[in-house]
Amino acid sequence: MTYRQAKWGEPIIFELSKESKQSFIIDDMFKEYANEALSKIPEDLRRKSALKIPNLSEVEVVRHFTRLTQMAYGVDVGPVPLGSCTMKYNPKVSEELANDQRVTELHPYQDEETAQGILEIMYLMQRWLAEITGTDECSLQPPAGASGEFTGALIIKKYHIDHGMHYKNEMIVPDAAHGSNPASSAMAGFKVVKIPTDSDGETDINALKAALSERTAGLMLTNPNTLGIFESKILDIADAIHERKAFLYYDGANLNGIIGVVRPGDMGFDIIHLNLHKTFAAPHGGGGPGAGVVCVKKELKEYLPTPIVDYDGRKYFFRYDLSKTIGRVSWFYGNITPIVKSFVYLASLGPAIREVAEISVLNTNYLLKKLANLKGISLIYGEGRWRKHEFVVSFDKLRKETGVNAEDVAKSLLDRGIHAPTIYFPLIVPEAHMIEVTETETLENLDLIADAYKEIVEKAYVNPEELKKAPKNTSVGRLDAIVANHPNTLAPTYKHVLARK
Amino acid sequence: MPHHWIPNSSYDIRKKMLEYVGVKDVLDFFNDVPEKLILKEPLKVGYGRPLTEYEVKRVFNNVISKNKLPPIPSFIGGGVCHHYVPSVVKAILSRSEFYTAYTPYQPEIAQGLLQAFFEYQSVMAELYGVDIVNASMYNGSTAAAEAVLMSSRVTKRKKVLISKAVHPEVRDVIKTWCFGAGLEVIEVNYDVSTGETDLKDFESKLSNDVAASLIQSPNFFGVIETKMRRFIDVTHNAGALAIVYSNPIALGVFEAPGALGADIVVGDTQALGNGLNYGGPSAGVLGIKEDKELLRQLPGRLIGMTKTVDGVEKGYMMILQTREQHIRRERATSNITTNSALEAVASVVYIALLGAEGLRRLGEAILGRTEYLIRRLRSVKDIVAPLFANGLYFREVSFKVVGKDLSEVLKKLASEGIYVGPQLSRFYEELPNCSLACVTEVHTLEDIDTLVSKLSEVLGGG
Repeated sequence: MTYRQAKWGEPIIFELSKESKQSFIIDDMFKEYANEALSKIPEDLRRKSALKIPNLSEVEVVRHFTRLTQMAYGVDVGPVPLGSCTMKYNPKVSEELANDQRVTELHPYQDEETAQGILEIMYLMQRWLAEITGTDECSLQPPAGASGEFTGALIIKKYHIDHGMHYKNEMIVPDAAHGSNPASSAMAGFKVVKIPTDSDGETDINALKAALSERTAGLMLTNPNTLGIFESKILDIADAIHERKAFLYYDGANLNGIIGVVRPGDMGFDIIHLNLHKTFAAPHGGGGPGAGVVCVKKELKEYLPTPIVDYDGRKYFFRYDLSKTIGRVSWFYGNITPIVKSFVYLASLGPAIREVAEISVLNTNYLLKKLANLKGISLIYGEGRWRKHEFVVSFDKLRKETGVNAEDVAKSLLDRGIHAPTIYFPLIVPEAHMIEVTETETLENLDLIADAYKEIVEKAYVNPEELKKAPKNTSVGRLDAIVANHPNTLAPTYKHVLARK
Repeated sequence: MPHHWIPNSSYDIRKKMLEYVGVKDVLDFFNDVPEKLILKEPLKVGYGRPLTEYEVKRVFNNVISKNKLPPIPSFIGGGVCHHYVPSVVKAILSRSEFYTAYTPYQPEIAQGLLQAFFEYQSVMAELYGVDIVNASMYNGSTAAAEAVLMSSRVTKRKKVLISKAVHPEVRDVIKTWCFGAGLEVIEVNYDVSTGETDLKDFESKLSNDVAASLIQSPNFFGVIETKMRRFIDVTHNAGALAIVYSNPIALGVFEAPGALGADIVVGDTQALGNGLNYGGPSAGVLGIKEDKELLRQLPGRLIGMTKTVDGVEKGYMMILQTREQHIRRERATSNITTNSALEAVASVVYIALLGAEGLRRLGEAILGRTEYLIRRLRSVKDIVAPLFANGLYFREVSFKVVGKDLSEVLKKLASEGIYVGPQLSRFYEELPNCSLACVTEVHTLEDIDTLVSKLSEVLGGG
């Protein structure tokens, strides 16, 4: 596949136009009232200097941002095999329906009687997601996965305090975990205890048992883990955690590999967060918005953030009366747009949701087999184990033999019109590529990705210098992280750019 | 069962791939899962079977038609209001190169997205009068909570002073987050004659172990905090940081909080072309003045301009990532990963469309409507408007109904297609029978007249 990304050299919005134009028209029907109101505002509270934002015509604004979109790359452009990100295709029907005026113009404080449609959607989502996870109740309030983790950690904290176990202040997190797990635990005030991964690619259960004490509040685990390997000793792990009166927390980032086949709740997880923008096909939006749902077992239901949606057989309504609630983690009721998109997705697939796991796992192992024997690539962990939603390969050997590292390989993929996978993660794998193709990638594209890797590693042994110069076919060449981060050249706004000139 | 969103689910392809991998059945891949955990029955999700696209649209339409929108734009306030979303914003946001993209961890292939974020940071810094704004928080409530946590890390102090005139749900969120961080929240009363934060109470509760103060202007009652400079000054005198929450849509008319001396500014972009969406998503604004320690403790993503390694071209990439969770883990400044990138883009498109002139005119258009609404409400018998007689209002106005039950009044109005609220008693026990009303650029003179005449009809009749 030959690929050449658009390259516009588009000016920063502040430098877009020399002349001041008629910008978007706002009426002045209330001019005299405005003048009257302005005269009452104390002088020091009125804006004195005009904003330094250019006045542009509509066509200039549209062209500017359209050009910027042409210098971006999403799932609609080509494969985005980012591990643990589940970059699946975002169905257009979800987009269309979520843009319905009866969603976009709905006010969060309008009477519940006039919002029965959205409440029904929220209620069904709570039910469906409880069914998928094998839990009893869900809150749709957390606006993203990390926020769901934080919610879960706060539930654990409050439960222990309510039960007189203030001393439970340690959260156990495997070394292969997503970085947000330890970060969320720390935000909830926990001390993070790290445990290693064994050579089979699973959480080292002996190390886990050794780390357990009366101070243990919980264990945050993702299963399948970030190596794409199922934690086969999960029932033992759950027993060990529960024996210590601690909770097992499920990071749902990797649910795609098991959805409909096995449920976290059945494995013994007590609290689970889901990423609707991953597993449930709401788009990533270039980094957000997401939606992080938190589901819990009966015992913890009263701890959920309020409100949750309930149904009395006639109407849907918000419940604020959960007796032990941790409170609000975000305002209103959650990120409704992604929730609606995921509702449409689940309504469309229904029980066929199991197909998602089956094919994502098939795709993963198909591509892994194609890559596993390439020169310079190794697996490090879990030789001979089936992967689920993703797998991790190491280019450590390639780096040692040719000088070409994981980043060079990633940039070379960009040149071939393929978005790079997650690189240098998990931290326990040197020169890692963490690859997740999801169930929505075609066989042809899996072969294309495999061919691209093959061509790149072969080139590494012949002409490594060429790969060091990648990418060439993207809007810009490789960027300088030192200039970007150095205090003397740091430029997070246009004002800084001007000052540096 | 093959599905068109899952291309390799077709029988032939699946078979071919299984053969290549060397297994007979997809379930063989799950041989490491304890047998008893494998589900034997399909999950009870959706409507019992997969639906076609035309079926799902029909189902959706049946459900969503139970939502009711008023014939004239809603007057409901409470932090978010009905604002116009320009077609240009919708058009750019529907570009799937943007909305189907991931966080730009590979900057060379994501320059357009990065430039849009950089422009968002730059226009927001200009609007709020600060030096650095991050690439967004989830929304205004979490931006405020992050600011509070950040202030504690910077000052190493464990108390925060928060005005009761700050949005009640923002305060709730802060309290929840502070439970995690082990911080103490001290609330400051509001002045009943102005609806502004009570300066005396504020000063009496301020001490040199306070990390920060948080004031919102316009506040939850719609009132401008006219003594903002004073709040900031006394906060600084106690060695604490001043956090100011402002609505960006007011900043074409009002002085930027940064220019008034705020150390940390926060806000929410709902008004800037984001729509209502039943409360979310929007983007949370979080900005700081240039300060090494503040920058070191800043949560969230930050985009910066840089050069290509050959030094020839300019480009953009994420910067100072060592503050973030994927590198710093439990020592990160926040756990935030996914943010509100697309809403941030919506805001910068919106601001670009309006320009400095449009933002000023928009601020005046809203201010003028607020003034008109107050005058008209004042003319209604049995209404006390504005509730805080000496307050200055922007966009939202608090008022009180005398002699009739407000719930009944609002219900009656809603049945006539006039949506007003929320009731203040929902958040403030001490303010019974009071409500907010919000007016924005979408409301015409006739709309406001209709609101007021219906209101007096409902109050007058029986």
